[in-house]
Amino acid sequence: MARLLLDFTLPLRAFDLELSLGVERTVALVGPSGAGKTSVLRVVAGLAQPSRGRVAFDGEDWTGRPPEQRRVGFVFQDYALFPHLSVRANVAYAGQVGDLLERLNIASLADARPGELSGGERQRVALARALARKPDVLLLDEPLAALDAHTKSQVRGELSELLRGIGLPTLLVTHDYEDAASLADEVGVLVDGRLRQLASPADLVAQPADAFVASFTGANLLHGIAHASQSLTEVQLEGGERVFSTDRGEGAVGVVVYPWEISVARAREDDSALNALRGEIGSVVEIGNRVRVRIGPVTAEVTSSSAARLELARGGVAYATFKATGTRLVPL
Amino acid sequence: MIRRALVAFGALVALGFLALPMIAIFARVSPAKLVAQLSNPVVTNALVVSLKTTVIAQVLILVFGTPAAYALARHFRGRGLLVTLVELPLVLPPAVAGIGLIAAFGRFGLLHTSIAFTQTAVVLAVAFVSSPLYVRAAIAAFETVDKNLVAASRTLGAGPVKTFFRIELPLARSGLAAGEALAFARGLGEFGATIMFAGSLPKVTQTLPLAVYSAFDVNFDVALAIGALLVVISAALLIILKWLASSSTSRFPFALSTSS
Repeated sequence: MARLLLDFTLPLRAFDLELSLGVERTVALVGPSGAGKTSVLRVVAGLAQPSRGRVAFDGEDWTGRPPEQRRVGFVFQDYALFPHLSVRANVAYAGQVGDLLERLNIASLADARPGELSGGERQRVALARALARKPDVLLLDEPLAALDAHTKSQVRGELSELLRGIGLPTLLVTHDYEDAASLADEVGVLVDGRLRQLASPADLVAQPADAFVASFTGANLLHGIAHASQSLTEVQLEGGERVFSTDRGEGAVGVVVYPWEISVARAREDDSALNALRGEIGSVVEIGNRVRVRIGPVTAEVTSSSAARLELARGGVAYATFKATGTRLVPL
Repeated sequence: MIRRALVAFGALVALGFLALPMIAIFARVSPAKLVAQLSNPVVTNALVVSLKTTVIAQVLILVFGTPAAYALARHFRGRGLLVTLVELPLVLPPAVAGIGLIAAFGRFGLLHTSIAFTQTAVVLAVAFVSSPLYVRAAIAAFETVDKNLVAASRTLGAGPVKTFFRIELPLARSGLAAGEALAFARGLGEFGATIMFAGSLPKVTQTLPLAVYSAFDVNFDVALAIGALLVVISAALLIILKWLASSSTSRFPFALSTSS
């Protein structure tokens, strides 16, 4: 498959955006708002001119070309549908309509104006229009941000399937790690214009490069001071407790532990989990068939039945236990 | 109670004052008289001159004013100064506009032309005083076009020219049309700069407003009839303008009341 290559510097108001990246399948850039994510897409599309470096597709240099000569399918965050044109005319603006309306399930909306459509429908029109361009590269800016929570999970599934079916090099940006992980083969974490880490979603969780990546991927992050103790590292947490990790570390560190690595108990149990933090239950939130429980400084994830059996409720006291092998130490 | 009475009194005085001259014109000119005066050569000649010069001036304003407004809708250094320059003729006394046009295009002016006192001079005077209304409205209309739509058009393979004609112009259209209606109305009523720069020669440079002025010494009824005609044309233009403003999809650049 052809490859999109980026290696450029773009001065932004608060910092320089510097990126070096190859896109072969689907890459998602995640990061907080203002990290420069959209600017990356604008550079690829030719809507912003980098001060240094180049953009190339399949060995063909795109640097300096105007947007209309780049063959990108850009789906804007607000979809940017032309309000004075019908759905069909919007798609036809970019090229042959063909069976795109049918493929994206918008044939019945062909004569409607964008103003009459729901968020999910607008997104499908924007995708159809981008594909009518017969692009070499697909660019998606926050493809799920404009949707409400209810339609979002459905659209996420549809979009993921569509991207696999199209098989184009795709660069998407999102502020939501879960969206990135579910849509992309590779996820890059972008902070203040720099790529902190680029890895598969699984590797990003297993081996976060730093504290920011860890907390961004949904991990608990406990601050403390580490010192080696026999074969393990002992970390004195800011709250006074001690936890052990199989990772090596020294000095100020962040202890990374994912919610699903943490068990919850009402009493201190004698099991292989070396670490136990006692704390008040801050919140109990149900997410599908799981329950997220906040115990002191950490969030644990347990099944709904366990939560019911343990009678977890706000204000009670519980122990969060996790193995030393379930932790990662990142320098702070 | 007293407050309401005061408000009612003030409103009555203001509305009465504004309506009275119009009512007076139609009170003295019966519809039959008005129709009869339409065949008076003084009136028909002035009507032809007015329509011809105004239409030519408006075409020039559209052809040159639209690209100017498009350029001024972008942000660049010195833009504010240029926009002020464009707006200046709006606040200038018409006599100053007239003397300025003579100083620029007169026989002994900067450009040494023989335009003065010809129909071309009428066209220039009308264009000078009315184009700022169109350009101002057009700048605002182009500014309200979503920049993302322009960017989207470019990524979809359209160059700047196609993007302008297929996206920006249609989206700015109602704002442009409203500005043009305003400029047309202003051009039709142009008096001061025209009489100084073009004079008031019947069949050549005597427009309807100039005909009112010269007729009212000779035959007050003719002046009234032309006045009535201008009221009707102006009212029609105003109604068109309001209709354009209310059907506008983009934010209208002038604070016109569109309540009905």
